[in-house]
Amino acid sequence: MNLSLDYDAVVIGAGTAGLVAATRLAQAGINVCVLAKGIGSTHLAPGTIDVLGYGPEPIDSPREGLAALLSARPDHPYGLIGIDLVSEALDWFVTTAAAGPFDGYSYIGGIERNLLLPNPLGVLRRSALVPATMAAGERGQLRRVCIVGTPSLRDFQASLCAANLQMAGIEARAISLELELEYPDVNALGVARHLDDERWRGRFCARLAPLLQPGEHVGLPAILGVIDPHRVMNDLEQRLERRVFEIPTLPPSVPGIRLYEILRSALRQAGGRLVLGAEVVSHTRSGERIASVSTRASGHYVSYRADWFVLASGGFASGAIALDSHWVTSERVLNLALEGIPAADEPRFRSSYLDQQPLSRAGVAVDRGLRARGLENVMVAGAALPGAAPAREGSGEGLALSSGYLAAETISATQDPRKKALT
Amino acid sequence: MSDPAAFETVRSSLDHCVKCTICETSCPVSNVWPLFPGPKYAGPQSERYRVPDEPSVDASVDYCSGCGICSQVCPQGVKIAEINAHAREKLRRQQGVGLRDRIITRPTWLGRVGTPVAGVMNRSMQSSALRVLAEKLLGIHRDAPLPKFAGRRFSHRAHAHADGSTPMPGVGAPESQEARRRVVYFHGCATEYYEPWVGEQVVAVLEHNGFEVIIPTQDCCGLPLQSNGLFGAARHVVLKLAQTLAAQLQDDETIIVGNATSCTLMLKREAREILSLEDDPALELVSERTYDICELLLALHHSGELKTDFRPIAETIAYQAPCQQQGHLIGKPALDLLKLIPDLEVRELDARCCGIAGTYGLKAERYEIAMAVGRSLFDQVQGSGVTSVACDSETCRWQITHGTQCPAAHPIHYLHRAYGLDESHRVDAQAR
Repeated sequence: MNLSLDYDAVVIGAGTAGLVAATRLAQAGINVCVLAKGIGSTHLAPGTIDVLGYGPEPIDSPREGLAALLSARPDHPYGLIGIDLVSEALDWFVTTAAAGPFDGYSYIGGIERNLLLPNPLGVLRRSALVPATMAAGERGQLRRVCIVGTPSLRDFQASLCAANLQMAGIEARAISLELELEYPDVNALGVARHLDDERWRGRFCARLAPLLQPGEHVGLPAILGVIDPHRVMNDLEQRLERRVFEIPTLPPSVPGIRLYEILRSALRQAGGRLVLGAEVVSHTRSGERIASVSTRASGHYVSYRADWFVLASGGFASGAIALDSHWVTSERVLNLALEGIPAADEPRFRSSYLDQQPLSRAGVAVDRGLRARGLENVMVAGAALPGAAPAREGSGEGLALSSGYLAAETISATQDPRKKALT
Repeated sequence: MSDPAAFETVRSSLDHCVKCTICETSCPVSNVWPLFPGPKYAGPQSERYRVPDEPSVDASVDYCSGCGICSQVCPQGVKIAEINAHAREKLRRQQGVGLRDRIITRPTWLGRVGTPVAGVMNRSMQSSALRVLAEKLLGIHRDAPLPKFAGRRFSHRAHAHADGSTPMPGVGAPESQEARRRVVYFHGCATEYYEPWVGEQVVAVLEHNGFEVIIPTQDCCGLPLQSNGLFGAARHVVLKLAQTLAAQLQDDETIIVGNATSCTLMLKREAREILSLEDDPALELVSERTYDICELLLALHHSGELKTDFRPIAETIAYQAPCQQQGHLIGKPALDLLKLIPDLEVRELDARCCGIAGTYGLKAERYEIAMAVGRSLFDQVQGSGVTSVACDSETCRWQITHGTQCPAAHPIHYLHRAYGLDESHRVDAQAR
């Protein structure tokens, strides 16, 4: 028995780029299914949307920074997306987050001005959009701050964070608070689950309040709940009688989990489908088109036919682009052509780990509209795109959001995908 | 004792673990039970310290309910749940498996003993005094949702139906045998002893869509034995079932279809990976050819072959995809099928797990955890204002009804009604 499923569009990958593309497609009335090997980058990232922070000098306005980047580097993926579309995607995301599954939880910011917020090391990093739970940590609001850590959460060192904030000219100190926990060791998510509990939260505040000094904001690792973060923050601010803000942590990232839940909920509401654990392992081509992809399900393979495919499976970090032991770099999901691979006589790597590695700019070759070069019905979004240096530029989530958004626009602009497919 | 070489392919996946913690964020048990440190710690991390023939390093792995969500969400393809199943088995072997776990893992024995005396058994299970006694003597929690015996066996009437001698309710006389595609129906123990009407609905819906349904005499798939660490007995049971089913797969087209999603998952994947039976040819064939009933019907719909003569059902229901159904890695076909029924409003629930995990939530020492795991699902059901919950897995349905008082039915129940194959229009759930 030959069984296969039929969709208008199949999106491969459930990170920010894939979920945004799928949600936008579903919102345009396109029957879409997301296939993902597992959960994507959201749970590992700070949950902020960083559009462009460094070029390499610090950038105050993403809009102006993008304009400069595009004139200097027209081959940058932002060049294919365009500033107007980045702006539109950010607006869409802010609206989507505000209508999301967390009452009152919203994002602030925009394309005009980067927000400066502390990272767990106490270094100020630049983001275009941040959750409102981080707002009181913005550089402009921050004069006196108490960074609160706990011995149970070893991934967050309050004294280190505070010491670096002091070097940035902020009056910062650190305190350590023992938590009421059943287990001595916990991650940020574990504390966030406790803070969702009103009684635990009350006891937490009662022990923290006497340790605070007048006029101080409170900076906590990002632990303000995974069920009702807006309420948790408001409650803490009322009980502690001061502004409270979150600082992103090492994984698991609580704001990142919320970001995933916002996008997953938007996708579900728009009628899109999501299949996790469904690694795409093969595909069929028909001329210049991908005809179907197959996933390895339990027991057998499942074939998904579609008119359109969006590759949002990530780059080197996810393993979707790989360098093998024969020094061959390849895209491993659909075997698409790559560009940006250093020539044989050029260095692929630099010696320092944190240097901009030349090979990391490799990605799937695309044309305008993010169409994979040589294929009529495949769009590429997110970290699979070539030419960017997200970690250096502070551009990863902005690229994921806006490229996912554009990939969907390109497809839905064809109006009736089924008719188009027949021509 | 498992075959170390066969387990090695599963075990070696731990080298892909990048410690990203995504599995921990999704674990239903560690979400509510801080004494379970989570799938990453219990799985890939602890596994490095587990040495054959040396004692198990960490008893906390026994809190794992085996729901399998960790493996589904892992972006690196690490077989976390499968590694943990092995670790649990080793622990159980070391500690010894008690009487309770030897009883509740044998649905075939229980069914054969209980069916002829169903009235007495069902009344006994409603007696709080006897339930307290069962908790004290056996360790089966007094409030845990035990199913009621139907008092008849699905296969008895089904085999008579296949002979043409007795009609099954809602099933018309078999049509001409020409050009009908064969499916082998794997009904599982719950359909056989507790919910024979689900099997009758499955057969009726398949025959309505032109299938010839073969129902071989069959026993348990061995999943309860496997999840309780009785791997040797589980292997024996599943291989016997695989032989039975494989014997029906003479041509290249015939497939096996089942409605018990955890049992079909056992056949599709878990028996091979967890019980290290990758090399058994009968099981391999059965694994490739086994489909969930909703998976099959949705694929038929996508190829334009599903009958869509659905009558409206003007109700609001909820749908919960069981963890083991999600382990099929096929999404939520039931949801798309239910949406084909006119006027039926379906609210998709997104809680992770109902908590029961087969036999886990029946145990006195696990009941509280199971109920805590299910709490967010119960709250969603109770807040949704639905009249019933559609859910593919029988133990999950019993747990949902136990936690919410809301009736629960297999998705096939609604399709069967919408086809007009059932005139009684009633949710045959075991409300407790």
